[in-house]
Amino acid sequence: MAFVSNGTTILDAGAFSASLGSMVHIKTLTASSSGTLSFVDGSSSVVLDNTYPIYQFKFIDIHAGTDQVNFTFQGSTNGGSSYGTTMTTTYFRAAHREDGGETAFSYETDKDLAQSTSFQRLTHVQSSDNDGNSAGTLFLYNPSSTTFVKHFMSRTSLMQDGSYAFDSHMAGYFNTTSAINAIQFKMSSGNIDAGTIKLYGIKDS
Amino acid sequence: MGVISNGTTLLDAGALDSGVATGAMTLIKTITASSDSTISFVHGASSVVFDGTYKEYIFKCINMHASSDNSEAQEFEFNVSIDGGSNYNVAKTTTTFRSGHNESDSTTQLSYVGAYDLANATGFQGLTEGDGVDNDQCCSGTIHIFNPADTTFVKHFMSNFNVYRHNDFSANWYITGYANTTSAVNAVQFKYLGGNIDSGTIKLYGIK
Repeated sequence: MAFVSNGTTILDAGAFSASLGSMVHIKTLTASSSGTLSFVDGSSSVVLDNTYPIYQFKFIDIHAGTDQVNFTFQGSTNGGSSYGTTMTTTYFRAAHREDGGETAFSYETDKDLAQSTSFQRLTHVQSSDNDGNSAGTLFLYNPSSTTFVKHFMSRTSLMQDGSYAFDSHMAGYFNTTSAINAIQFKMSSGNIDAGTIKLYGIKDS
Repeated sequence: MGVISNGTTLLDAGALDSGVATGAMTLIKTITASSDSTISFVHGASSVVFDGTYKEYIFKCINMHASSDNSEAQEFEFNVSIDGGSNYNVAKTTTTFRSGHNESDSTTQLSYVGAYDLANATGFQGLTEGDGVDNDQCCSGTIHIFNPADTTFVKHFMSNFNVYRHNDFSANWYITGYANTTSAVNAVQFKYLGGNIDSGTIKLYGIK
């Protein structure tokens, strides 16, 4: 039975016809001295398939267990059995020290990947001070495509070791025509001491 | 009374069923400027929510137009408060870079702009620079603030604005940094460095 109000169908056939918003929260993972945090399609209520054309990860208060490490990610084409998809990426950043003594703005060739299966850094030399953390976003476009490579873009704000504000911009693509069906996050060394990662789907209609 | 459609419960007990996927981006408050010296979003005042309810807040500033000061020095700027809006003076360390291109196609820019960053300073952070005041000139952009209610870590923010400058440039500004405090941030204020906010709309959203 349809529910019609003032001539407009609000719900029908077991679903709302009216828009309830285009950004849908899918899953939240909270780190607690975690070696990795993984979002695997079909596992633990995670959706990472062709349900949405765009997925967005948000990192909030990511705190490293070890000083001077990088927050990183990789993708999987086999449901999380392995994370080693070939990536080519770009990386540039702006930085500014708390005492005002140094600024920087440049492309960073040591932080990009060229057809590499390594994890890609989202932050660089993160501080593990008690109040030090990072936050940001990562967009992943059409991960289930089996025709095209899969693009991603991130921007992250970081308190870098040495008390720098650090604005990190990274973009690139998984160079595969297989579907990406899992994403994993980890520190380059040690654990993710604390923090939250949220996954959202962005509807196309 | 519940509402069940095709065997699926959609509404019950005064709320959407938990199985209904709803939008994660919630409009909290819209403030429209009309020759205002400042626009403030204070948690607990005028229906504003800015606490631990959401882990991320997004401000969208739309068609912000300055009333005066058609110069290089003009900027649309913001600061945060840890005392419910009594003071807007939290120490911040920030980075600033921008790209620019003028209408006559004679100049392009891409550079870090050290004059507009802050080094543990309590002043307002510029989101744009050189805003024009012609009738059609304005700036628009977005600021994300992460977990402002946290009392363990510093509070990160990221912005991206585009501005139609007084000298007919399009300039795209990127600001990132952190409020260097472990106190909860519970209010945010916007203003122009000189004169009033003649017009414009600022919307605050919470992300579930």
